[in-house]
Amino acid sequence: MNYSVLIPMIVFLIIIFFIGYWSSKKLAGSSNFISDYFLGGRELGGFVLAMTMVATYGSASSFLGGPGTAYTIGFGWVLLAMTQVVTGYFVLMILGKKYAIMARRYNAVTMIDFLKARYNSTAVVLLSALSIIIFLFSAMAAQWIGGARLIESLTGLSYQSALFLFAVSVLVYVTIGGFRAVALTDAVQGAVMLVGTLVLLIAVIISGGGISNIMQDLINENPNLVTPYGAEGNLSAAYVSSFWILVGVGVVGLPQIAVRAMSYKNARSMHRALIIGTIVTGFIMLNMHLIGVFARPILPGIDVGDKVIPLIALETLPSWVAGIVLAAPMAAIMSTVDSLLLLVSSSIVKDVYLNYVKPDASLKTIKRMSFGVTGILGVIVFLLALDPPDLLIFLNLFAFGGLEAAFIWPIVLGLYWKWGNKYGAIASMATGIFSYIALHFYNIENGNLFGVHTVTLPVILSLLAFIVFSLLINRQAYDYNAILYRNEKQA
Amino acid sequence: MKETDWRFRVAHREAWIGLGLALFNFIWWFAFAYGLGNRPVEEYTYIFGLPDWFFYSCIVGFLVMAVLVTVVVKFFFVDVPFDEEQEENR
Repeated sequence: MNYSVLIPMIVFLIIIFFIGYWSSKKLAGSSNFISDYFLGGRELGGFVLAMTMVATYGSASSFLGGPGTAYTIGFGWVLLAMTQVVTGYFVLMILGKKYAIMARRYNAVTMIDFLKARYNSTAVVLLSALSIIIFLFSAMAAQWIGGARLIESLTGLSYQSALFLFAVSVLVYVTIGGFRAVALTDAVQGAVMLVGTLVLLIAVIISGGGISNIMQDLINENPNLVTPYGAEGNLSAAYVSSFWILVGVGVVGLPQIAVRAMSYKNARSMHRALIIGTIVTGFIMLNMHLIGVFARPILPGIDVGDKVIPLIALETLPSWVAGIVLAAPMAAIMSTVDSLLLLVSSSIVKDVYLNYVKPDASLKTIKRMSFGVTGILGVIVFLLALDPPDLLIFLNLFAFGGLEAAFIWPIVLGLYWKWGNKYGAIASMATGIFSYIALHFYNIENGNLFGVHTVTLPVILSLLAFIVFSLLINRQAYDYNAILYRNEKQA
Repeated sequence: MKETDWRFRVAHREAWIGLGLALFNFIWWFAFAYGLGNRPVEEYTYIFGLPDWFFYSCIVGFLVMAVLVTVVVKFFFVDVPFDEEQEENR
């Protein structure tokens, strides 16, 4: 065991626990438990908002899978990864102020609350809750596997023990601290990622003898590595461009991101988050994937992509620095897992249980349910991750794509298009999910249809479904102010 | 009946700006990556050691977007209240 690597990581984990504990204290004195536990009471400032979005989004796929793929494929994959810069500003600008205002009018705490109030339909709520639970489960499992692999390669523990260690760390602070703990630890974790990737990039460049030198080594090995077309020359412009939908603009439809877009305090926080988010996302993605490519001449012959980052850090840095730097992917994984866990549990407790099973549940029951469901979910994911499938990044992207195809139009058009109604929303979600799953299997058998990523077609189909069904069945203009008159009457 | 909430007009305009920025971002990224990148590798030039297509598309492209977002937010985005009570007192 490598203690000089482990100690900085353990210190990092302890700090994270402390934040969780501190947030739980704040939670205990809370008058509105649901809004505080699942949303942090809508009081995030600009920096925390930006960091929690970056950290939630920058998951195991960008910190282990992504650089691992860049190692194999070369600059073409860095180009692909840079499509993510757009998420830094796009999500907050598109959902933006209208979403913030409507979420407050509806008193929405989750994305499903928003859909429920906008479409006023049980089917929409249950369909959304179901897809969140199913798809985010696969996403979570993928992240847990990444986390456990990382601990495994650092400590030499068996995969099972590593997974156990990871599960306990995550569960403790998500369960006790809720969203505020998650957002605050995200901010710390985001900062760790930012500094960690920069330090590692510099170390890799130095140990490769400068960028020009590394570039020469890459060209000598295989000139395709420095083209946009990938090591095999088979990365087409259409395929790479379709990632603009998957990891770029489509992210608007991800529930774990969308819920953050209703959690900020005021317009100033949002403005600041836009700027910080864009810069931080771009910076981290660029560094991380360049590290992957640059690692190739220094440490040739790594066959499991997920191990590139841990191995290169141990190779190029003094071990205690490596420990701090490797806290970055650890941070990325934990912050994604914690928000997914919270989201799935909010879907169950808030969107299903409180809406349909027991609307008049007492505060004590709700609290016990929230903690309990979060805990039980963690245990189930742990069991699933014990016997994991191999391709981390694709499992993860499967979940992303499916959710995006399901939610992007009901959210975006629900917000901006007054003719959108529940029939459109249901049709759009069903079309998105089923065409995504069908196309996924078609593409595995026959290669990508039209040479683009699986997500592209379902997103287009679900848009058509939304428009056609909204206009065909029960066409009616939605009044965004109607909720105000209703609220006034009640008051 | 109340007219459209003034804050919605602000919100709609800013959403369009977001769409515009993303479109610009995509064109910049695509044009440099595949415009310069499809030459044979021997013809690439290197800037700070990086292949030129990558430098312009990803590094300069990222910096341009960071500056654009900052400028747009500072000069074109409007501070609006989110709660209904504050709106009455404006």
